[in-house]
Amino acid sequence: MGKPLTRNIKPDGTAASLKECIKSGGYEGLRKALKDYQPEEVQHLVKDAGLRGRGGAGFPTGVKWSFVPMGENTPKTKYLVVNGDEMEPGTFKDRLLIEGDPHQLVEGVAVSAYAIQASTAYIFLRGEYHLGAARLRQAIAEAHAAGYLGTNILGSDFSLEVHLHTSAGRYICGEETALINSLEGKRANPRAKPPFPQVSGLWGKPTIVNNVETLCNVPHIVHYGAEWFKGLSRGPDAGTKLYGVSGRVKRPGAWELPMGVTAREIIEEHAGGMQDGYKLRGFLPGGASTDFLLPEHLDVPMDYGSIGKCGSRLGTGTMILLDDQTCPVRMVLNLEQFFAQESCGWCTPCRDGLPWTVSLLQGLVDGRGRPEDLATLERLCGFLGPGNTFCALAPGAMEPLQSALKHFRSDFEAYLPRVAAAGAAHA
Amino acid sequence: MNLTAEEIEAIRAEAAHYEQASAASIEALKIVQAHRGWVSDENLADIAELLGMSPAQLDGVATFYNLIYRRPVGRKVIHYCNSVSCWMLGAEDHREYLQQKLGVKLGETTADGEFTLLPIVCLGACDKAPVMMVGDETHMNVDRAAIDRIVSTRGGS
Repeated sequence: MGKPLTRNIKPDGTAASLKECIKSGGYEGLRKALKDYQPEEVQHLVKDAGLRGRGGAGFPTGVKWSFVPMGENTPKTKYLVVNGDEMEPGTFKDRLLIEGDPHQLVEGVAVSAYAIQASTAYIFLRGEYHLGAARLRQAIAEAHAAGYLGTNILGSDFSLEVHLHTSAGRYICGEETALINSLEGKRANPRAKPPFPQVSGLWGKPTIVNNVETLCNVPHIVHYGAEWFKGLSRGPDAGTKLYGVSGRVKRPGAWELPMGVTAREIIEEHAGGMQDGYKLRGFLPGGASTDFLLPEHLDVPMDYGSIGKCGSRLGTGTMILLDDQTCPVRMVLNLEQFFAQESCGWCTPCRDGLPWTVSLLQGLVDGRGRPEDLATLERLCGFLGPGNTFCALAPGAMEPLQSALKHFRSDFEAYLPRVAAAGAAHA
Repeated sequence: MNLTAEEIEAIRAEAAHYEQASAASIEALKIVQAHRGWVSDENLADIAELLGMSPAQLDGVATFYNLIYRRPVGRKVIHYCNSVSCWMLGAEDHREYLQQKLGVKLGETTADGEFTLLPIVCLGACDKAPVMMVGDETHMNVDRAAIDRIVSTRGGS
């Protein structure tokens, strides 16, 4: 089975039923976990499989789970939280899994909750995914009625309640600790770490927050084993990945492909190449908060390490393409407007720096730019960069900007008034 | 308390899913909004009381999220996506056309109270850009013909 995540996804857009799910091996991972493995053994299995978080950061899932206190003398209440707040521009992969195969996610939740011995799980879903919410509600109810959730699941001593929690639209809710605050009914500001959520998260209890795609992998790892999972990949990172393309291509979409497939294969074979009359100028490999790569990077494998070596991040694995008829400066302005609006305002660099960034970029495209503005933008990339802010929103916002300033410098300079630009050149 | 018994029951049922009732704050706001279209100061104070929060605490939540309305809106809210993939594929032109058809600017409601036009960030369907959400329904690959169809539902259910 080369495409475990999307095996039940139907082209007509309807959801896989419980019956269809079971026919393709659904809930067998849960059955096996409860029958054959202790919770810690499931953690080890996921660690051995090399599963890395698919929400963007890529942290090893089994390692994250291993930070949860286990055993008899640990807090009785622990939580598993599903991060289904897919709001990063250019990212639309979890929607496919939630709408197309909601039972796969429910099973992933059940197996993962067993692994950390959580008694309650919340699926935190962005408020705009109305169809996904309806399908998840039905899947949770069906799974409960069939004995896959609830008390003494499949005759074991493991019990789990799963609740759907729909949000109301704010990008910052995708940040692990902001999500926890939001789930508690507070403004979604990030929390300081430590303590880490694995030890003190939701209501101070040990909490694991995992992305939708990450959790969907877990039952298959338990069912088919760590070596099988590693074998799905073409590179050092295990498993398959949902890769996507949006922009001026012939067939935009998302596809489950071996981890490590090249960007060229995704863009040219699966997305059908650029639309007639358009050429590729650059691409954000993994959503709005990743650095631009160039056509010369098309043959680089889309895995964490390879993309990192090129100066960007795999992120969510869903690419946004820049074509030769779209202005990179205006594209970056659109991205920064998004980040400025969606900043929660908790820390000064992000709250003040992002509107400043927007103001400078807007000034440039409106013809009010000054030669020194480009240097100011570069300085802002440092001020708002890693280590200077409370969470990763602002550093993520700076990634497309800093790489655009590097790769598309002449496009920025072209917006400077000619006299000023000439003066700067002679200075 | 000005909330209906139905609203109160639905809010209490949601609150029962959590260690603390305040965790149901977003859902409670959405329950009231579904019945009344928006959340008034009076309703907000009632919800806060039900969930054991101060009105200021709850207002801090209500004003934080894009989908909670603290002012009256039309019978249908049109959210047009202004994020990058939709922008690249013509969202600005569509917004202009939509504004002309409705005779309103962003943030405004049509004179007949039918539509409110609001921007929204990425709706998670970038492969089908441009995208708009009308009420609970997401419209994909939106063009002028689709906008005409959406606007022509004026007065429909």
